[in-house]
Amino acid sequence: MNVKVMYFARYRERLGVDAERVEGAFAVLDDVRQALVARGAPYDVLGEQNLMCARNEELCKLDEPLEEGDEVAFFPPVTGG
Amino acid sequence: MAVRVQEAAFDPGLEVNAMHAANAGVGAVVAFVGYVRDFNEGREVAGMFLEHYPGMTEKALAKIAAEAQQRWPLLKVEVLHRIGALEPGEPIVFVGVASAHRQAAFDACNFIMDYLKTRAPFWKKEMTGDGPHWVEGRQSDQDAAGRW
Repeated sequence: MNVKVMYFARYRERLGVDAERVEGAFAVLDDVRQALVARGAPYDVLGEQNLMCARNEELCKLDEPLEEGDEVAFFPPVTGG
Repeated sequence: MAVRVQEAAFDPGLEVNAMHAANAGVGAVVAFVGYVRDFNEGREVAGMFLEHYPGMTEKALAKIAAEAQQRWPLLKVEVLHRIGALEPGEPIVFVGVASAHRQAAFDACNFIMDYLKTRAPFWKKEMTGDGPHWVEGRQSDQDAAGRW
Protein backbone atom coordinates (compact mmCIF):
# COMPACT_ATOMS: atom_id res chain seq x y z
CA MET A 1 0.00 0.00 0.00
CA ASN A 2 1.15 3.49 -0.83
CA VAL A 3 0.08 6.47 1.29
CA LYS A 4 0.94 10.14 1.38
CA VAL A 5 2.17 11.25 4.80
CA MET A 6 2.15 14.89 5.86
CA TYR A 7 3.80 16.53 8.85
CA PHE A 8 3.04 19.86 10.45
CA ALA A 9 4.54 22.41 12.82
CA ARG A 10 7.19 21.05 15.20
CA TYR A 11 7.17 17.61 13.56
CA ARG A 12 7.65 19.11 10.08
CA GLU A 13 10.62 21.15 11.32
CA ARG A 14 12.18 18.25 13.19
CA LEU A 15 11.88 15.89 10.22
CA GLY A 16 12.90 18.52 7.67
CA VAL A 17 10.14 17.40 5.31
CA ASP A 18 6.49 18.39 4.96
CA ALA A 19 5.24 15.38 3.00
CA GLU A 20 6.45 12.06 1.62
CA ARG A 21 5.07 8.88 0.09
CA VAL A 22 5.42 5.75 2.18
CA GLU A 23 5.08 2.18 0.95
CA GLY A 24 4.25 -0.78 3.17
CA ALA A 25 1.71 -3.36 4.29
CA PHE A 26 -0.46 -1.01 6.34
CA ALA A 27 -3.82 -2.02 7.80
CA VAL A 28 -4.34 0.90 10.16
CA LEU A 29 -2.83 4.33 10.58
CA ASP A 30 -0.68 3.22 13.51
CA ASP A 31 1.15 0.78 11.21
CA VAL A 32 2.43 3.77 9.24
CA ARG A 33 3.46 5.57 12.40
CA GLN A 34 5.32 2.54 13.71
CA ALA A 35 7.13 2.01 10.40
CA LEU A 36 8.28 5.62 10.50
CA VAL A 37 9.37 5.47 14.16
CA ALA A 38 11.40 2.35 13.29
CA ARG A 39 13.56 4.51 11.02
CA GLY A 40 15.07 5.97 14.19
CA ALA A 41 15.87 9.62 14.93
CA PRO A 42 14.50 12.10 14.06
CA TYR A 43 11.37 10.01 13.33
CA ASP A 44 11.23 9.02 17.01
CA VAL A 45 9.29 12.27 17.43
CA LEU A 46 6.27 10.38 16.07
CA GLY A 47 6.38 8.27 19.23
CA GLU A 48 5.21 11.19 21.36
CA GLN A 49 2.25 10.34 23.58
CA ASN A 50 0.11 13.30 22.60
CA LEU A 51 0.59 12.99 18.84
CA MET A 52 -2.50 13.76 16.78
CA CYS A 53 -3.34 12.32 13.38
CA ALA A 54 -5.70 12.67 10.46
CA ARG A 55 -6.80 10.56 7.53
CA ASN A 56 -7.95 12.31 4.36
CA GLU A 57 -8.22 15.65 6.18
CA GLU A 58 -10.32 14.33 9.07
CA LEU A 59 -9.09 13.88 12.63
CA CYS A 60 -8.98 10.21 13.58
CA LYS A 61 -7.46 7.75 16.00
CA LEU A 62 -4.44 5.54 15.44
CA ASP A 63 -6.63 2.48 14.87
CA GLU A 64 -8.21 4.08 11.77
CA PRO A 65 -8.22 1.61 8.82
CA LEU A 66 -6.35 2.76 5.71
CA GLU A 67 -6.94 2.39 1.98
CA GLU A 68 -4.58 2.68 -0.97
CA GLY A 69 -3.77 6.28 -1.82
CA ASP A 70 -4.92 7.75 1.51
CA GLU A 71 -3.47 10.99 2.78
CA VAL A 72 -2.47 10.73 6.41
CA ALA A 73 -1.03 13.44 8.63
CA PHE A 74 0.84 13.52 11.93
CA PHE A 75 1.07 16.61 14.07
CA PRO A 76 1.51 17.84 17.64
CA PRO A 77 -1.57 19.01 19.61
CA VAL A 78 -3.23 21.92 17.82
CA THR A 79 -2.88 25.43 19.25
CA GLY A 80 -5.14 27.73 17.25
CA GLY A 81 -7.69 30.20 18.53
CA MET B 1 -22.86 29.50 8.12
CA ALA B 2 -19.52 30.70 6.83
CA VAL B 3 -15.93 29.75 7.49
CA ARG B 4 -13.01 31.90 6.43
CA VAL B 5 -9.28 31.19 6.76
CA GLN B 6 -7.23 34.17 5.68
CA GLU B 7 -3.93 36.02 6.02
CA ALA B 8 -5.59 39.42 5.86
CA ALA B 9 -6.45 41.38 8.99
CA PHE B 10 -10.11 41.92 9.86
CA ASP B 11 -12.21 44.44 11.76
CA PRO B 12 -14.01 42.73 14.66
CA GLY B 13 -16.56 45.55 14.90
CA LEU B 14 -17.64 45.09 11.30
CA GLU B 15 -17.88 41.34 11.84
CA VAL B 16 -20.10 41.76 14.91
CA ASN B 17 -22.44 44.16 13.13
CA ALA B 18 -22.70 41.83 10.15
CA MET B 19 -24.01 39.11 12.45
CA HIS B 20 -27.31 40.91 12.73
CA ALA B 21 -27.45 42.27 9.21
CA ALA B 22 -31.10 42.69 8.22
CA ASN B 23 -32.41 39.68 10.10
CA ALA B 24 -34.95 41.02 12.59
CA GLY B 25 -35.41 37.50 13.95
CA VAL B 26 -32.01 37.78 15.58
CA GLY B 27 -32.42 38.67 19.22
CA ALA B 28 -28.91 37.86 20.39
CA VAL B 29 -25.42 37.99 18.97
CA VAL B 30 -22.49 36.59 20.92
CA ALA B 31 -19.01 37.09 19.52
CA PHE B 32 -15.57 35.96 20.62
CA VAL B 33 -12.44 37.72 19.40
CA GLY B 34 -9.03 36.25 20.16
CA TYR B 35 -5.94 38.51 20.07
CA VAL B 36 -2.20 37.99 19.95
CA ARG B 37 -0.76 38.84 23.38
CA ASP B 38 2.66 40.43 23.85
CA PHE B 39 3.55 38.12 26.73
CA ASN B 40 3.10 34.36 27.13
CA GLU B 41 4.51 31.84 29.61
CA GLY B 42 7.11 34.25 30.96
CA ARG B 43 8.38 35.45 27.59
CA GLU B 44 7.82 38.64 25.67
CA VAL B 45 6.28 37.87 22.32
CA ALA B 46 7.37 40.07 19.41
CA GLY B 47 5.30 38.27 16.79
CA MET B 48 3.59 35.07 15.85
CA PHE B 49 3.29 32.77 12.87
CA LEU B 50 0.21 30.59 12.42
CA GLU B 51 0.71 27.40 10.46
CA HIS B 52 -2.28 25.34 9.34
CA TYR B 53 -3.26 22.33 7.24
CA PRO B 54 -4.83 23.78 4.07
CA GLY B 55 -7.94 21.84 3.12
CA MET B 56 -8.39 20.16 6.47
CA THR B 57 -8.60 23.49 8.29
CA GLU B 58 -11.68 24.63 6.41
CA LYS B 59 -13.34 21.22 6.74
CA ALA B 60 -12.65 21.03 10.46
CA LEU B 61 -14.08 24.50 11.10
CA ALA B 62 -17.16 23.80 8.97
CA LYS B 63 -17.74 20.57 10.86
CA ILE B 64 -17.53 22.35 14.23
CA ALA B 65 -19.91 25.09 13.07
CA ALA B 66 -22.34 22.49 11.71
CA GLU B 67 -22.27 20.61 14.99
CA ALA B 68 -23.09 23.83 16.86
CA GLN B 69 -26.07 24.34 14.55
CA GLN B 70 -27.31 20.85 15.32
CA ARG B 71 -27.05 21.38 19.07
CA TRP B 72 -28.57 24.87 19.32
CA PRO B 73 -31.22 26.83 17.37
CA LEU B 74 -28.88 29.28 15.63
CA LEU B 75 -29.67 31.83 12.93
CA LYS B 76 -26.09 32.53 11.85
CA VAL B 77 -22.59 31.23 12.56
CA GLU B 78 -19.36 32.87 11.38
CA VAL B 79 -15.89 31.51 12.00
CA LEU B 80 -12.89 33.50 10.82
CA HIS B 81 -9.31 32.48 11.57
CA ARG B 82 -6.12 34.11 10.44
CA ILE B 83 -2.97 32.35 9.28
CA GLY B 84 0.58 33.51 8.57
CA ALA B 85 2.42 36.33 10.33
CA LEU B 86 0.69 38.27 13.09
CA GLU B 87 1.78 40.99 15.51
CA PRO B 88 0.86 41.51 19.17
CA GLY B 89 -2.48 43.24 19.50
CA GLU B 90 -3.85 41.87 16.25
CA PRO B 91 -7.05 39.80 16.20
CA ILE B 92 -6.43 36.13 15.33
CA VAL B 93 -9.88 34.59 15.49
CA PHE B 94 -13.51 35.66 15.35
CA VAL B 95 -16.47 33.45 16.22
CA GLY B 96 -19.89 35.02 15.88
CA VAL B 97 -23.18 33.33 16.71
CA ALA B 98 -26.67 34.77 16.23
CA SER B 99 -29.86 33.32 17.69
CA ALA B 100 -33.30 34.39 18.82
CA HIS B 101 -32.38 34.19 22.52
CA ARG B 102 -29.09 34.71 24.31
CA GLN B 103 -28.47 31.34 25.94
CA ALA B 104 -28.09 29.43 22.68
CA ALA B 105 -25.69 32.06 21.35
CA PHE B 106 -23.57 32.11 24.52
CA ASP B 107 -23.31 28.34 24.70
CA ALA B 108 -22.72 27.79 20.98
CA CYS B 109 -19.95 30.41 20.84
CA ASN B 110 -18.24 28.82 23.84
CA PHE B 111 -18.62 25.35 22.33
CA ILE B 112 -17.18 26.44 18.96
CA MET B 113 -14.11 27.98 20.59
CA ASP B 114 -13.49 24.95 22.80
CA TYR B 115 -13.70 22.64 19.81
CA LEU B 116 -11.66 24.94 17.58
CA LYS B 117 -8.85 24.96 20.14
CA THR B 118 -8.67 21.18 20.27
CA ARG B 119 -9.77 20.02 16.78
CA ALA B 120 -8.84 22.63 14.16
CA PRO B 121 -5.36 22.12 12.66
CA PHE B 122 -3.61 25.39 13.56
CA TRP B 123 -0.23 25.72 15.25
CA LYS B 124 1.18 28.90 16.79
CA LYS B 125 4.85 29.71 16.63
CA GLU B 126 5.89 32.62 18.83
CA MET B 127 8.83 34.88 18.08
CA THR B 128 10.50 35.74 21.40
CA GLY B 129 13.81 37.14 22.66
CA ASP B 130 14.98 33.52 23.04
CA GLY B 131 14.16 32.81 19.41
CA PRO B 132 11.11 31.20 17.83
CA HIS B 133 9.29 28.43 19.65
CA TRP B 134 6.12 26.41 19.16
CA VAL B 135 3.26 26.94 21.57
CA GLU B 136 2.38 23.68 23.34
CA GLY B 137 -1.16 22.37 23.60
CA ARG B 138 -2.73 22.80 27.05
CA GLN B 139 -4.57 20.23 29.11
CA SER B 140 -7.01 22.92 30.25
CA ASP B 141 -8.15 23.30 26.63
CA GLN B 142 -8.74 19.54 26.39
CA ASP B 143 -10.71 19.65 29.64
CA ALA B 144 -12.80 22.57 28.39
CA ALA B 145 -13.70 20.72 25.17
CA GLY B 146 -14.53 17.59 27.14
CA ARG B 147 -17.42 19.23 29.02
CA TRP B 148 -19.60 19.41 25.88
